[in-house]
Amino acid sequence: MKIAFSATSDSLDAALDPRFGRAKGFLVVDLDQDRSEFIDNHQNLNAAQGAGIQAAETVSRSGAGALVTGHCGPKAFRALAASGIRIYHTDATTVAEALARYREGKLVEVGAADVEGHWV
Amino acid sequence: MIVAIASGKGGTGKTTVAVNLALVVRRPVRLLDCDVEEPNVHLFLDAGPAVNEPVGILVPVVDPTLCDGCGECSRFCRYHAIVVLKERPLVFPEMCHGCGGCLQVCPQKAIHEVVRRIGVVRTSQAGRISLVQGSLDVGVALAPPLIREVQQRIQPGTDTVIDAPPGTSCPMIVTVRRADVIVLVTEPTPFGLHDLTLAVETVRELGRSFVVVVNREGVGDDRVHRYCRQEGIPIVLEIPDDRRIAETYSRGERVVDRLPEYRSLFRQLAERLGLGIGPEKE
Repeated sequence: MKIAFSATSDSLDAALDPRFGRAKGFLVVDLDQDRSEFIDNHQNLNAAQGAGIQAAETVSRSGAGALVTGHCGPKAFRALAASGIRIYHTDATTVAEALARYREGKLVEVGAADVEGHWV
Repeated sequence: MIVAIASGKGGTGKTTVAVNLALVVRRPVRLLDCDVEEPNVHLFLDAGPAVNEPVGILVPVVDPTLCDGCGECSRFCRYHAIVVLKERPLVFPEMCHGCGGCLQVCPQKAIHEVVRRIGVVRTSQAGRISLVQGSLDVGVALAPPLIREVQQRIQPGTDTVIDAPPGTSCPMIVTVRRADVIVLVTEPTPFGLHDLTLAVETVRELGRSFVVVVNREGVGDDRVHRYCRQEGIPIVLEIPDDRRIAETYSRGERVVDRLPEYRSLFRQLAERLGLGIGPEKE
């Protein structure tokens, strides 16, 4: 099972990026193999629109079955749900902390977007 | 003659200039309200009943039985209005600009289009003025297709005054592109100058001829005037900073009716812009 975290850099100690669509990148942690891969999301930072949808596509392609992030808007939520990816929100400050909470079963899966969509 | 009233900055007096300019043209004139996100020209005219025409764009619908999940549509769409996730297509109609590209690139011919309503074009008559307004539906963020629909109502040979949306992004550009001359309304303040500069750069890029109207003359400083002198841009009208003009506007009244001393200023502007001059359309 792989889990994607919105992260500011390629490290478990990296800050968890509270944004999803415009996160710096995604740290995809493979729980079974105990290794991780960082996927850059830089091109989405300045996207005029559709950053959440594009990011959902990126996470979907990574093979992750779950996403841990700060917030997630309605379009990103729809795309993630269509990909069968489970979504967890957290206010953890680092990826490692968020991962620990996930392992302890302290993260609650969300069933809807928690922030409004943004328009250009 | 098609005259667009634009500005980089909002709140400089575009609508005041557009309405009062149209009012002093001594023959039939079309007044287009292209500020479709918040059309307000009707507040200043006693127009008769309006004809409403809904406007939509074509958005894609994917037939899941024909789609093989190849993702060509998703790679084509720069607006991310259609994505393929786990070989299943997902459409976001609110992101779609209606270009029809996904339809063209789909190898399986699995996509057809349906109309998605984005707003309405309202046409009404107020004396010599034929008013055409675009009004975007609440929640829709796609102004240009509606603006283009409003501009379809331009009649060649009929003088036309266009109230443009503020700023220098797509809605403004679509609005002013067809104008014979663009009037940039500004105020003599640092903010006014900053946004005027952006607007000037934009209309120069578009290759349109343009002039400047300075509103609230008397406030701020002389930097707008210096800039226009340096750049060789004619200032065709200066509207004084007169509290009565603001009061008139706030009541939804017309400056040229309420404050007749300004009527000649707008007449001169109309003549300078070539409105009401030349052969009249039958």
